[in-house]
Amino acid sequence: MADALRFRTDTPADEPAVSLDSFLDQDDSASVRIEAGDDVRRLLPVLDRVRLVEVDFPRFRDGRGYSSARILRESGYTGEIKATGDVLVDELLFMRRCGFDSFAPDAPLDPDTVERLLTIYPHVYQHAADDAVPVWKLRHG
Amino acid sequence: MYRYDQYDQQIVDARVEEFRDQVKRRIAGHMTEDQFKPLRLKNGLYLQLHAYMLRIAIPYGTLNPAQVRMLAHVARTYDRGYAHFTTRQNMQFHWIKLEQVPDILADFAKVQLHAIQTSGESIRNISADQYAGAAADEIADPRPWAELLRQVTTFHPEFSYLPRKFKFAFTAAPGDRAAIRWHDVGLRLVRNDAGEDGFEVYAGGGMGRTPFIAELIRAFCPADRLFSYCQAILRVWNRHARRDNIHKQRMKILVHDLGVEEFTRQVEEEFAHIATLGNDPPRAEFDRIAAYFAPPPFETGLSDEIDRSDPDFALWVDRQTAAHKAPGYAIANISLKAIGGIGGDITADQMDVVADLAERYSFGETRVTHAQNVVLPHVRKADLYAVWQALVAAGLADVNLDLVTDIIACPGLDYCSLANARSIPVAQKIARRFADLERQQDLGELKIKISGCINACGHHHAGHIGILGVDRKGTENYQLLLGGSGAEDTTLAKITGPGFDEDGVVDAVEKAIETYRGLRTDGERFLDTYRRVGMEPFKEAIYG
Repeated sequence: MADALRFRTDTPADEPAVSLDSFLDQDDSASVRIEAGDDVRRLLPVLDRVRLVEVDFPRFRDGRGYSSARILRESGYTGEIKATGDVLVDELLFMRRCGFDSFAPDAPLDPDTVERLLTIYPHVYQHAADDAVPVWKLRHG
Repeated sequence: MYRYDQYDQQIVDARVEEFRDQVKRRIAGHMTEDQFKPLRLKNGLYLQLHAYMLRIAIPYGTLNPAQVRMLAHVARTYDRGYAHFTTRQNMQFHWIKLEQVPDILADFAKVQLHAIQTSGESIRNISADQYAGAAADEIADPRPWAELLRQVTTFHPEFSYLPRKFKFAFTAAPGDRAAIRWHDVGLRLVRNDAGEDGFEVYAGGGMGRTPFIAELIRAFCPADRLFSYCQAILRVWNRHARRDNIHKQRMKILVHDLGVEEFTRQVEEEFAHIATLGNDPPRAEFDRIAAYFAPPPFETGLSDEIDRSDPDFALWVDRQTAAHKAPGYAIANISLKAIGGIGGDITADQMDVVADLAERYSFGETRVTHAQNVVLPHVRKADLYAVWQALVAAGLADVNLDLVTDIIACPGLDYCSLANARSIPVAQKIARRFADLERQQDLGELKIKISGCINACGHHHAGHIGILGVDRKGTENYQLLLGGSGAEDTTLAKITGPGFDEDGVVDAVEKAIETYRGLRTDGERFLDTYRRVGMEPFKEAIYG
């Protein structure tokens, strides 16, 4: 696994993430791993003890993880959400907008390309989990 | 029609630069073709049999003259002097070089056109009734809502890696010209007793190898909540669709597997949550967009009389024009179905003629139809003769709207790498067989739709007569279907029996049509007769 790309300033959780079932079974864990097919809403009742959610992308074309991240943020979760697995540089902007704030992809990402692609769009059309302001709001104040 | 402001323009310009970057990285070998493919598809770029094909979005099928001229310019400069209107109101260029695509997109961006989300597993270009804003039977122009939804679903971060493609269609009329129930989500603008606008929401339609007709999941979604409701639908599908089999990932399969009641329950539950998040643009944003769709300044006091002394013109008027909401105006349909031609194809010179006519006679508006024809939506009846003369000179005055030679056919094996059989030659042979206009008029409305493979781009499931090209032990074989409809009386066509070779299927079509002629009662269309008498008499005539 390549070095993680992280957009947070707090100290990363240092314990390995456990599966969703294990996490719900044992109350001393703070890091959980969400597989693409897992129902992330099962985590909502215990969100207050979560520090890290790893969301796995088994194939980059599998977009279920985007909804998982949105649901976590919509539920008020402010801890780390890390995208792992088959994560490509051209997906990073969408992932950032859905609430991912760290990335540990299988293959390393070129930092220059990351920087360029994360800033290429001056505006967005809709609310998401980031603080980008949709153009309809810019138009009407 | 809608005009970009600086925000829209900056977003489209940024997409051109992002795509230029992606092409550069692909050519430099920094990503594999597997990684590049979804990116280029999300920008409408397919690799076909002979070259790249580029699909340009035409939101709700509406074009202004500058856009039509730019389509002509690209056809001349980068392609072979012609292009192709698709069954979802888009335009395709079939002979494109990869390295030129960024420059082509930059040209299109200058006239507010793009290729964003015209392919791939994304929310596709939103289609609509081609008569929107002109139709005598609509309650309001649905395009402002389509434009609002276009914007908020563009680069939607949660729904850019969907299980499969996703298609919206809008109408605001009881007569359905947009085939809404053949879409993942069909939206019909309605007004409730309190005078408020909302939408009937149909979900889970689609053609392809497993066709389903969309079912009503909500009788009235308040218009201001449309985006939230659509997000709820998309989220339920994105989370719960199968991801293990590409043929079972469309939303129609999920709706079918869960059952419409359970699917609706999940959507409503998600909607109850999403509606609280403040994602819906305010009414002021709708009003801003709607102002662009204000009716053009129609003249009043115009006569509805048309001078019909030229018999060829009278034939064209009777077949190719439709009722307009403003007195003294008509909707003029331009056929792209010349006998022996390729349906939906139009040359660059013809595009220029259409642009000129729209500018001079139709308040600058052109529409594209899902049946691959073109519309001038707002023509003074007094100008129809001049329009017709110009169309005659441009080879665009065919008379066959909704008749047996107004055939929808996909590009088929002549272009497409997915196809099993050719579609275009079959359409041409049928058109030649029925070229006689009197015979066509006698047969009345008869919609033939031809697909070259089970992906059903030629809408064969919705044809009064459908033809499906398949591969049978290495040879092209054609199945015949009867009884489909893409209109408000949506039905799924049924296969008649064993397939035919190319000439055989043309003969079988003629036998089916002659059977209809023998059985019809006064005023009955082919579809009506089929529905009344059923498949048997047709089968007997075809196979007996």
